[in-house]
Amino acid sequence: MYVIIVGGGKVGYYLTKELLAAGHELVLLEKDGRRARQIADEVGSIVLQRDGCEGKHLEEAGAKRAAIVAAVTGDDEDNLVVCQMAKHHFDVPRTIARVNNPRNETLFRHLGVDEIISPTRMALAAIEQDIPVHELLHLAQLPGGRLELIEARITEDSPAVGRRAADLSLPEACSLFAILRDGNAQAIRSDTTLQVGDTVLAISRTESENQLHDALIGAADGGDTD
Amino acid sequence: MRAFIAGCGRTGAGLASRLAAAGHEVTIIDTNSEAFDRLDHEVPGRALRADVTDEDQLRRAGVEGVDLFFSLTEGDNRNILAAQLASETLGVDRVVAKVNDPVRAEAYQALGIATLCRTRLLADALAIYSGLPHDPGAEGVAPATGHHREHDSASADVAAPDAPALAGGR
Repeated sequence: MYVIIVGGGKVGYYLTKELLAAGHELVLLEKDGRRARQIADEVGSIVLQRDGCEGKHLEEAGAKRAAIVAAVTGDDEDNLVVCQMAKHHFDVPRTIARVNNPRNETLFRHLGVDEIISPTRMALAAIEQDIPVHELLHLAQLPGGRLELIEARITEDSPAVGRRAADLSLPEACSLFAILRDGNAQAIRSDTTLQVGDTVLAISRTESENQLHDALIGAADGGDTD
Repeated sequence: MRAFIAGCGRTGAGLASRLAAAGHEVTIIDTNSEAFDRLDHEVPGRALRADVTDEDQLRRAGVEGVDLFFSLTEGDNRNILAAQLASETLGVDRVVAKVNDPVRAEAYQALGIATLCRTRLLADALAIYSGLPHDPGAEGVAPATGHHREHDSASADVAAPDAPALAGGR
């Protein structure tokens, strides 16, 4: 499969190495001469010192026969233009854009970019996952915007330990539906008893989140217990 | 009419002065507030510091509901992104992007954006001066020749009518 990568920053550099290792045919376009030579010294002549935003350069790089064009520069506007030129001018079947401002994701999809890579959003998600285990973790907002998918870890301090799911005082319109225990997922039934170390998946209204927190994690009384 | 100009270079500042002098309501933005020194301070209008590629900042600067949107910064790609934000996300009907690369200018005309390609206009003027025939494609603002494939109803979001200004007026 022939792939064109535009942008030789960290993302482009590692992507190039990974794809080469996986046996793909590719070129990397990097407009900065020094950076292009630096990468070429390591991976060979597949690096071209070119501005991938220029239609002419994309064509010379073989855009017409590319299966994928991935635009991964640090500038959203450049990534958008590369993908749109690839898609609409050279009929590239699959375009991938790095999006640095998360607000641009919707627009890019709307404008026909097939795949979005959002390092900002990934970093936010990773950081949120690292943040306190005694808090509720937002996994996703469900369509409609009023319900959220939430994960809660049951610790020793949790008032839910040793109690049956049916006996918990949960807020209205909130549902516990699955439990992750010992690496397995199981559905929660009314007679499921919660244990320390369980991860509970719940769907809740955004505004009921505090009550859900009290029921599963315990009333917030400050004080970190890491 | 309400006009919104992104990029307070010589072109943007000159256009702002003419539109405002003709009685139109003008907002001009730039990321660099020193650029506003180019404005004619005798004519009314709003000058705000904002990034033309940021949807939230455009919204706060009041792009929704304007009649004309001109994207005239130094970067072709910035202008292209901004023009598509204005037309696809913020619901502006008449959008012009300055795109100096002739190949890109033509590609985006086909994608539904009116473009102004300085390179082509200047080359044509000089060609005519040299005695060559006029390039029919170099005619002021080049209108959109196609429609965006994904074009559908614009975002339903509506900004508060009294959205606060980003910075003081000039």
